[in-house]
Amino acid sequence: MEIRNPRIQEIISEENLVYKKTSLMTDKALSYCPGCGHGVVHRVIMEIIDEMGIQADTIGVAPVGCSVLAYEFMNIDMQQASHGRAPAVATGIKRCWPEKYVFTYQGDGDLAAIGTAETIHACNRGENIAIFFINNGIYGMTGGQMAPTTLVGMRSSTTPYGRDAALMGNPLKITELVAMLPGTYFVARHTVHTPLAVRKFKKAAKMAFENQKLNKGLSFIEIVSNCNSGWKMTPVQANKWMEENMLPFYPPGDIKMNGEIVKKAEKAE
Amino acid sequence: MGKMKLMKGNEAFAEAAIRAGCDAYFGYPITPQSEVMEYLAAQQPQLRTGMVLLQAESEVAAINMVYGAAGTGKRVMTSSSSPGISLKQEGISYLAGSQLPCLILNVMRGGPGLGTIQPSQSDYFQATKGGGHGDYRMIVLAPASVQEMSDFVKLGFELAFKYRNPVIMLSDGIIGQMMEKVELFEQVPRLTEFDQQWVTTGKTPDRERNVITSLDLDPARHERHNLKLQAKYQKMRENEVRFENIDCDDAEYLFVAYGSCARICQKSVKLARAKGIKVGLIRPVTLFPFPSEEIGRRAAKLKGILTVELSSGQMIEDVRLAVDGKVRVALHNRMGGMVPSPEEVVDALLKSFSIR
Repeated sequence: MEIRNPRIQEIISEENLVYKKTSLMTDKALSYCPGCGHGVVHRVIMEIIDEMGIQADTIGVAPVGCSVLAYEFMNIDMQQASHGRAPAVATGIKRCWPEKYVFTYQGDGDLAAIGTAETIHACNRGENIAIFFINNGIYGMTGGQMAPTTLVGMRSSTTPYGRDAALMGNPLKITELVAMLPGTYFVARHTVHTPLAVRKFKKAAKMAFENQKLNKGLSFIEIVSNCNSGWKMTPVQANKWMEENMLPFYPPGDIKMNGEIVKKAEKAE
Repeated sequence: MGKMKLMKGNEAFAEAAIRAGCDAYFGYPITPQSEVMEYLAAQQPQLRTGMVLLQAESEVAAINMVYGAAGTGKRVMTSSSSPGISLKQEGISYLAGSQLPCLILNVMRGGPGLGTIQPSQSDYFQATKGGGHGDYRMIVLAPASVQEMSDFVKLGFELAFKYRNPVIMLSDGIIGQMMEKVELFEQVPRLTEFDQQWVTTGKTPDRERNVITSLDLDPARHERHNLKLQAKYQKMRENEVRFENIDCDDAEYLFVAYGSCARICQKSVKLARAKGIKVGLIRPVTLFPFPSEEIGRRAAKLKGILTVELSSGQMIEDVRLAVDGKVRVALHNRMGGMVPSPEEVVDALLKSFSIR
């Protein structure tokens, strides 16, 4: 679209740019809902690959879920996995290309329900890959059903009166679970809902890629995110609700560093 | 001449995998094919050729490791037996949809369900008609000897890469477990150089990114993709039909049998001919594509065809389609791990066509 307004033209002119999208994000418009955290996480991961100069050595694995089309936005070689199997697919790739950087990008239903076995065993084998786990406590793509990480009392289209632990089971803290396995080298939980949180996540995500050179095990980063559409809230309300409800149960912070459990995750900031 | 050895079918398959320059094997134990991974483990293929060997947490994980590894353009394989192959079907569908080459071995056992660990041929439909969801085909090779358990590994990889499609070796508990002499082919180097056009290596500045996916939400484009797949399967039908004819030239009756049943029928042909019955055997070597033309061409001159199968009668449907009503096709079958004797097959031929 051509912009004719001279004032706007001046603002967006090259010399006035304060931020530029990494060329590792394609120009395709994101299919995510406005306010969703996926776009930020995509951008941060692509910025790191760009800054590390490893595009020619990086292969990503896209899951089934809202980010099934991640390969349309990420300008890197990618393979799309069947529901839950991304860690197995990544294992196959990494075992054949041990020198390359391999990561999976998965949601909570994909990673912590249907793909639990693949998650646990890839972590336990200590595959030298990175797993980025987006936890918004809901199945976004299929229309807001209960996820393994849905909080007790939280409403979804299959828990319209709130999740009842006695009937529907408890939310699964899979990140704490994989931290206990000897094959994980770095485990952390982050958010991307404030500029500070994004910077912290970026630092951790960079470590997840750098760790792959060490061949010491798997790096696992959970990103607690919102789903304003699935939660039936505005983006601002969703972020507030996430801070008040999700983060006390899923507190951000490093859980395992350099193969050692560092501390109990921090309380919400 | 390669080295002659006495081996189990499963072992010959595993040795052939290393010799065929396979880059990675992912599997999960199941009877009656566990010798494949056991033999590989004992051989330490990571030291012999650098081949990756990994025991997965499930058949589901194993086939998805194959899917990921196949995306790197390497020669990759898995093996299992019937219940495990059922678990792999979703992954196979993804491999076919994404047009990835790989080799899969099914050492069939009896079903349905947990069934039995005894031999069977009841996964014929599953292997030849698709198996998983969606419109796809695999090239299906049916070994009838330990020699072919070895030879078809090399052939299977060639065909898988020729068509960028999964190839399945449909064996059974008899062929997998029995010992025969086998002439092993010489070591083939692992893939060091290959077609880099479509594989995931990491995007370089000189090309667009490579994406391996079976997903396309645009109906028109996805229909074109399906048409392209169908055209590929048609090419397989035109170019890859393989079969063996035994004593067919003067035959009035035909046995049609594959795998272990073909071995039994070879003896039955001799027994029947000793009684003066002119019978031959057509052994399909590829079950997809099926030797329909060969069987159809002979049909009009025949008095009857007997298919012999370790199933309720699955291949017989393809034989009937091939003869198109020109001759009566009867079935002799055993199930549940039972195996017919050559004499029993001859009796079945006599009874089916009222031969005196």
